[in-house]
Amino acid sequence: MTRDARRTARRAARRTGRRTAQRIAPLLVLAASIAWIASIAFVSAAGATPKPRASLTDIENDVMCTACHEPLAVADSPEAESERNYIRGLIAQGLTKSQIEKNLVAQYGTAVLGRPPAHGFNLAIYILPPAILVAGIALLAFTIPRWRRRTREAAAETQEARPPPLEAADAERLDTELSHFRG
Amino acid sequence: MRRLAIPAVALVVAVGLLALLAFGVAHQGTNSSIDSQVARGDYPVAPNSHLQLPILGTSGTESLADFRGKVVVLNVFASWCQPCLAEAPILEQEQQRIAKNNATILGVTYLDNSSASETFVQQNHITYPAIRDVNGNLVRSFGVTGVPETFVINRQGRIVALRRFQLAGDWLEQTVARVLNDPS
Repeated sequence: MTRDARRTARRAARRTGRRTAQRIAPLLVLAASIAWIASIAFVSAAGATPKPRASLTDIENDVMCTACHEPLAVADSPEAESERNYIRGLIAQGLTKSQIEKNLVAQYGTAVLGRPPAHGFNLAIYILPPAILVAGIALLAFTIPRWRRRTREAAAETQEARPPPLEAADAERLDTELSHFRG
Repeated sequence: MRRLAIPAVALVVAVGLLALLAFGVAHQGTNSSIDSQVARGDYPVAPNSHLQLPILGTSGTESLADFRGKVVVLNVFASWCQPCLAEAPILEQEQQRIAKNNATILGVTYLDNSSASETFVQQNHITYPAIRDVNGNLVRSFGVTGVPETFVINRQGRIVALRRFQLAGDWLEQTVARVLNDPS
């Protein structure tokens, strides 16, 4: 191969390489752009805050401020604010209301619940009101018919005990006597 | 006789309800007997000392009995409590002073969540141990009604001094020194 032929071959090879690079470049740019967009989407999905599944207002009505012994919804103290912040954190983690309540019990004890668990002395709260209601209804159901019967009997006795009507002559005399007083 | 039956039943029910109410109130009421015993010098044994409570920031548990033989300054605190914040450097300073004399401060977090308590401990550079009394079973037996409250317990496990409010550095230093120097 002559020197000219070698030079021509080198030039041709360089031209072919340049053409290939020119053809591949847009593809490389496109691939890089896709990878960049995908990485941004992945990072934002991983860092995104979970969707809240409970609301502070809803939870506040059902839990107590343990130090102030009043519902958290109406409590205004440093402890209440600390408890609210803790609940806000749990809501931000995407926990449900029941999960948050369980978490609060683990942190603050059962005293944090607005409605205490139904065991021990607390059972009285659940048993007594309906028991008193039932006993009251039973008492009324038992006593009201008796009172009514007694009232009826008393009315009948009063009817029987009423004096007989006046004779016509006596009634006339009574009217005459009374007329003196009427003037 | 039959006429009295209903009022008698109503009376029994009313007395029963009042007894229940009285029991509930007494059960929830505060226990001030420790204060009067300490004031008389008739030092009571620290109650519920074998109650195992979680150690703040770890998964382990600890009881007051684990410190038997040491002078213990039991400090009930919460992260949201401003007087507790004021006490923290005093207690830490005292801890540095007494730790080498077989004595310790023992923090008990009460009415507080663990993450807030841990932040409080870190921010105030607290080195003494702290346990969590979630249900208040330990602190209520001490008659604790709020935070901060502090109890000084001698080597025999008896309460020899207490503060139902924010403590002063002088009081703490003098009281602990007196208990440490007590040969009994």
